[in-house]
Amino acid sequence: MSVQGEQSPLSSGAAGAAVFPGSDSRKFNYFEPKGRKATHYEDMTVDVQPDPERYLAQGWILSFGDGTPTYSKDWTALKSSNWHLYRAPDQEWERTHYQRQSTIVGMLKNIVDNGRRAGAPSRFDPRWVKVLQDHVGAYKHAEYGLGKALTQAQRYGYTQMINNAILTNSSYKLRFAQDLTLYLSEIGLDLNGFDHEAGKKHWLEDPLWQGVREAIETIGGAADYLEQYFAINLVFEPLVGELFRSGFIMQAAAAQNDFITPAVVSAAEADYEQNLANAVELFQIMSSDASHGEANKLVMQGWLERYAALCGKAADLLQPVWSQPRVKVVQFADAKAASANRMAAICDAVGLQAPLSLN
Amino acid sequence: MSGAMTLNKITQQKGIGISEATRRIADLGWTPSYVQEAMTFPTDYRIAKAPKDPMKQVLRSYFPMQEEKDNRVYGALDAALRGDMFRNVQPRWVEWMKLFLAIIPFPEISAARSMAMVGRLAPGDDLRTGFTMQMVDEFRHSTIQMNLKKWYMENYIDPAGFDITEAAFGKCYATTIGRQFGEAFVTGDAITSANIYLTVVAETAFTNTLFVAMPSEAARNGDYALPTVFLSVQSDESRHIGNGHSLLMSILNKPENHLLLERDLRYAFWQNHGIVDAAIGTIIEYGTKNRDKKKESYAELWHRWIYEDYYRTYMLPLEKYGIKIHHDDVAHAWDRIVKQGYVHKVAQFFSAGWWANFWRIDAMDERDFEWFEYKYPGWYAEYGAWWENYRKLSKPGSVPITFADTGYVYPHRCWSNLVPAVIREELQVDEVDGELYTYGSEVDRWTHKEAFAPEYQGRPTPAMGRFSGRRQWEELYHGWDMADAIKDMGFVRPDGKTLIAQPHLSFEEKDQWTLDHVRGYTIQSPIVNLRAMTPEARAQHIADYRKGFTIKRL
Repeated sequence: MSVQGEQSPLSSGAAGAAVFPGSDSRKFNYFEPKGRKATHYEDMTVDVQPDPERYLAQGWILSFGDGTPTYSKDWTALKSSNWHLYRAPDQEWERTHYQRQSTIVGMLKNIVDNGRRAGAPSRFDPRWVKVLQDHVGAYKHAEYGLGKALTQAQRYGYTQMINNAILTNSSYKLRFAQDLTLYLSEIGLDLNGFDHEAGKKHWLEDPLWQGVREAIETIGGAADYLEQYFAINLVFEPLVGELFRSGFIMQAAAAQNDFITPAVVSAAEADYEQNLANAVELFQIMSSDASHGEANKLVMQGWLERYAALCGKAADLLQPVWSQPRVKVVQFADAKAASANRMAAICDAVGLQAPLSLN
Repeated sequence: MSGAMTLNKITQQKGIGISEATRRIADLGWTPSYVQEAMTFPTDYRIAKAPKDPMKQVLRSYFPMQEEKDNRVYGALDAALRGDMFRNVQPRWVEWMKLFLAIIPFPEISAARSMAMVGRLAPGDDLRTGFTMQMVDEFRHSTIQMNLKKWYMENYIDPAGFDITEAAFGKCYATTIGRQFGEAFVTGDAITSANIYLTVVAETAFTNTLFVAMPSEAARNGDYALPTVFLSVQSDESRHIGNGHSLLMSILNKPENHLLLERDLRYAFWQNHGIVDAAIGTIIEYGTKNRDKKKESYAELWHRWIYEDYYRTYMLPLEKYGIKIHHDDVAHAWDRIVKQGYVHKVAQFFSAGWWANFWRIDAMDERDFEWFEYKYPGWYAEYGAWWENYRKLSKPGSVPITFADTGYVYPHRCWSNLVPAVIREELQVDEVDGELYTYGSEVDRWTHKEAFAPEYQGRPTPAMGRFSGRRQWEELYHGWDMADAIKDMGFVRPDGKTLIAQPHLSFEEKDQWTLDHVRGYTIQSPIVNLRAMTPEARAQHIADYRKGFTIKRL
């Protein structure tokens, strides 16, 4: 007679319907939470990408033609005693990511639609319109380039936590590049003579933008995924991205009768605060690693100097843009000083020296 | 409000059209002139034609659409709890979800990673928007599935197995098959893995059985959560199918790619058949309590989704571009399912090694027998005694069925897809680089020896992947006591002795197998033993293996 034949029929498949060994084991028990209890983000994220140090008993069972396994620690110059330590401070998993992104695009739609309904673009200062057309139009390509580099970088990380933080960063960058593209396209419908092709032309040909383009292409050309993540969030963003967005657009727009553009750009500023926190946490772990911290600092200091030189040059080339609005409410020098302060604070947070090129 | 604006203008304010929007977004890209993009993921294909994005969707419509889909999913999960879904759910079904949901989040996130590999291969930026959305989609799939798994763990009667899920994924003798599937998306030639294997075959063909057919069976077992999550996942797949097809069209454009394309379509189709049909066929046919004779069997589902939908309407039209399609493989896969009992033999294997699992496998009963016999005439004669033995040996203290004198021969594993070589007559043995390997079929042998090699039909293929690692689970525990292996894998409940796996669905403590019940049995690796044989003994062993076996009724 079978066991099934001897047992009483089940009345319920619900939790608590029977008590037996393991019947109350209702938490994922294979990782150490960062805090006292695992967060939902940790439950959704930790160990989904396995590795031989974490349960992958057979090792990676495929390799590339040159013998490199499916995931390799050698894909970055940084070393870690514990690649699994990192948790993204933003705690994003799919639902929170879509909620945040959806809230942003909904906010932007309301602002742009209502602004256009109110006829706001027609009251923008004409010289400001040209700034939007030429320079915000050029800048959208920089954001796109960063998004693409991050799409590439999210393949290489040794853990799911690192890769997902880079993936959501990519998603934010690509959304903002599209936000700017569609925003300029739509206000262009209300502005006679708005040239939609001008932004790309400036991006490719205007000497003012060639430093930025060189920096973006250099980041895209890097083969080390953490170098890319570092260069984007710890160097390019404070020295160029934030400088242009916060140090120019956000401050100058209102004086040109433009209340829409700062709202569009503000979303990217909030994105950056989140992505910066994620990146600083990771690189702080790398710089304070008990075994590899000092070597990691040397590598990161090298990245810092290299990209700070590129991005500092790119920022300086942009200086004439600050002179183009009719009403001048912000000085390039002030924006640059704020940018240098930001850079210094970031370096301090991850245990690096501020780059020599900024001294 | 502006005095110049009329009410009419306000209410009919025009935005930018979708075609123009996608054109301008694609125009965000440019050809670098200072530094070229790093091409770190190699391919042996040549791509010169810029692929087009067939979906023409932008992120500002994508994110709200996905949020709305999420709201429906999470709302439905809440409703399922309010409706006391678990009171009526079939444990036989939910137990198999411990296996399925341990596997699937990894292939999903691997698919996200693979978008990095195809993103830089083709010229132009049109399709990169599509790849971006697929990347975020796959992030969605992986974490929404983790959420579902956590939800089962919190609400289903037996959480053991869900609680160790990702640890179990890395150690189990069954999930190794799923790891082969997921790693194949992200390793080796970028087009082979991320385009042909993932999008052109797995997503276009086999997600229909994974994410459409299986949820239907879930609903028949009182599980409304799985269909809610997976049909939402499947709604993203059309975008991925579009991405895959668009890139495929760019590849087809160059005749020098045709040889590799034929290789990869053959490898990918056959391995998807081997892996997906093994796992999903077993879950649909053996994880259900519903024996409605009017519902489609897995074989019938396969014919609808793979043969009619994919083979006839997707694969066959590729012939007009000069691509050789292996019709014989499709016909053979069909025969394996209908005539050679592929799914039934895999289910038999899973139940033979029930103790190495981290989920329970329920015995089949008379109602099951009747349904199987109706859908697969001759089933009872071949498998009836096995399942009757399994039921008899489900009581703790019995000899574990693997070691009982039933006549069952523990199978060799296929080196290519890691599924055991359960269709005995098709076992292949060959040497590669001086080492002996076993395969489940001739195409599997060809996959390892010819397709996964540095040269294919005289053409150098340095980008092609390689099989690596300790691919056969049995090798890990060759010579180990069964109890020690189970303990080493961590497949023991919190009391330190009761097995997570059980060969029944009883929740009474007296019916639970413990480590003591399985001690004294030694695990053997078929390939280790095969390699140790003399040539004569090996030839005899292979001949005997191919003859198969007959199950003795205990």
